[in-house]
Amino acid sequence: MILSIASGKGGTGKTMVATSLALSLSQERPVKLLDCDVEEPNAHILLKPSLDCNQAVSIPVPRVDEDKCNYCGRCAEVCAYNAIAVIAERVLVFPELCHGCGACSYLCPEGAISEEGREVGVVQSGQSGNIEFVHGKLSIGEVAAPRIINEVQKYLDREKLNIIDAPPGTSCPVVAAVKHSDFCLLVTEPTCFGLNDLALAVDVIKELDIPCGVIINRDGIGDDEVDKYCLKEAIPILMRIPLDIKIARLYSQGITLAEGMPRWREAFLELFDKIERLMSNSNGREGGRQ
Amino acid sequence: MKEVTILSGKGGTGKTSVAASLASLAKNKVMVDCDVDAADLYLLLKPTFRQKQEFRGGEKAVISEDKCTGCGLCREVCRFEAISSEYKIDPISCDGCRFCYNICPADAITMQQSLSGHWFTSETRYGPLVHARLGVAQENSGKLVALVRQEAKHIAEQRGLDYIISDGPPGTGCPVISSLSGVSLAVIVTEPTLSGIHDLKRVIGVCQHFAVPVIVCINKYDINSENSHQIENYCQTQNIEVAARIPFDTLVTRALVRRIPVVEYSRNRVGREIEKLWQVVTGYLN
Repeated sequence: MILSIASGKGGTGKTMVATSLALSLSQERPVKLLDCDVEEPNAHILLKPSLDCNQAVSIPVPRVDEDKCNYCGRCAEVCAYNAIAVIAERVLVFPELCHGCGACSYLCPEGAISEEGREVGVVQSGQSGNIEFVHGKLSIGEVAAPRIINEVQKYLDREKLNIIDAPPGTSCPVVAAVKHSDFCLLVTEPTCFGLNDLALAVDVIKELDIPCGVIINRDGIGDDEVDKYCLKEAIPILMRIPLDIKIARLYSQGITLAEGMPRWREAFLELFDKIERLMSNSNGREGGRQ
Repeated sequence: MKEVTILSGKGGTGKTSVAASLASLAKNKVMVDCDVDAADLYLLLKPTFRQKQEFRGGEKAVISEDKCTGCGLCREVCRFEAISSEYKIDPISCDGCRFCYNICPADAITMQQSLSGHWFTSETRYGPLVHARLGVAQENSGKLVALVRQEAKHIAEQRGLDYIISDGPPGTGCPVISSLSGVSLAVIVTEPTLSGIHDLKRVIGVCQHFAVPVIVCINKYDINSENSHQIENYCQTQNIEVAARIPFDTLVTRALVRRIPVVEYSRNRVGREIEKLWQVVTGYLN
């Protein structure tokens, strides 16, 4: 099973939920945690995994052999990203614009273009207690977050429970992180920002046809508009975490809720039971997801 | 005209609350929301007039069933796994690289530009605002950020405004980089949590990579004074000024519920620190 934790708005508590859920469940079954917030991965701060395995992620960018090149300009013509330009008798390559599609090297009539890897990030994995941990890290100054996320997703294991910590937002990195999920938990807070961004995230999750439920974090700080929205959209609210300065202080020190306040473990186990029940209900109705 | 961008690395540290307060304190400025995924600034500025325009970002390949011979070449070369065994393109996976379009021997593939979102120009009681809404599950957020910034610059030039105040996106990737090019100053709003510190260092790295000057604002600094101290020390080693230390106060959320910038809600310690921040910002810009 693949369970992702997402939110439109950042800082609503995705990582706190993902790590506490993983810790609570890892007592009774094999759990993998995949941190797909590759721009700002934080789960390792709370889980302190070994991270003994490193794999560089590269984009194949063109290298032009000027001895073979006759400056016909075909490579520049086929590049959709303006990453290669032919000016008089010179070929200029802009590696940071290249998406690594391979069109230029394949279509060069002279066979003058080969490809070389350009590192844009890293995937690291290791163990944290009973949890198998994987995260991706985008290099500073790079833009290719979805590429790193796709590499992290190769570590998904259908035989186990996979918990994905997704990035904030609603665009391509979020889609890359949640697209294989069987269920998505959306963490929000009861403010106008939380509601606005929750509604955007729900649109994405519905577009991807993934069943979802909501967790309201810092319950009590704002108003009841998120409740009303969930009722109207028939989205179940699966957990409420109250505004509690003790929780905020624990998080600030990098301590999960499951460890710092062990009574929460039961609540996370119950949360998972609810998700399983929701899924078996919808599987019965729709014949299951692949 | 000078542009200041508010960033954070980590989401939810208070970028938008700070941005809305700076909107309230600054004169002669245009506001722009560069968080095109999840724009929230307009919720506090309550825009009155809006011009809505379409944003067409990237292209997607489309295969004509009639012309396709099923030779499989497109599937073979596609590195984005966007073409199914039935030769249908998954628009979410398609990167718009045109490789398939360029090699299809049957000319069965066309490239179609898709509607990727909308952008808005509006008036608020704080001055003009430009913001956007990226379409559901769309890419090209970086392009849309560049577009809203361009429009804000245009408005500033037209009206002779002194400042562009930009509410940036979280993270360190494509939209953040797009919101940084050519700005005069980045204000990074952080919080004294281990995650906040980790993400602060990364986003400072991005600003330094693109040679953008940085100042830091610690939000909720008293939630963990040891971590706040660590942030101060780190900033000192990087020669970065910590311009404001905003205390934790539930009135920030109360102002949010009332949908007004926190500096207008109460002139207490929170408001005073944000005023101080604005003074430091103008010092850098002028």
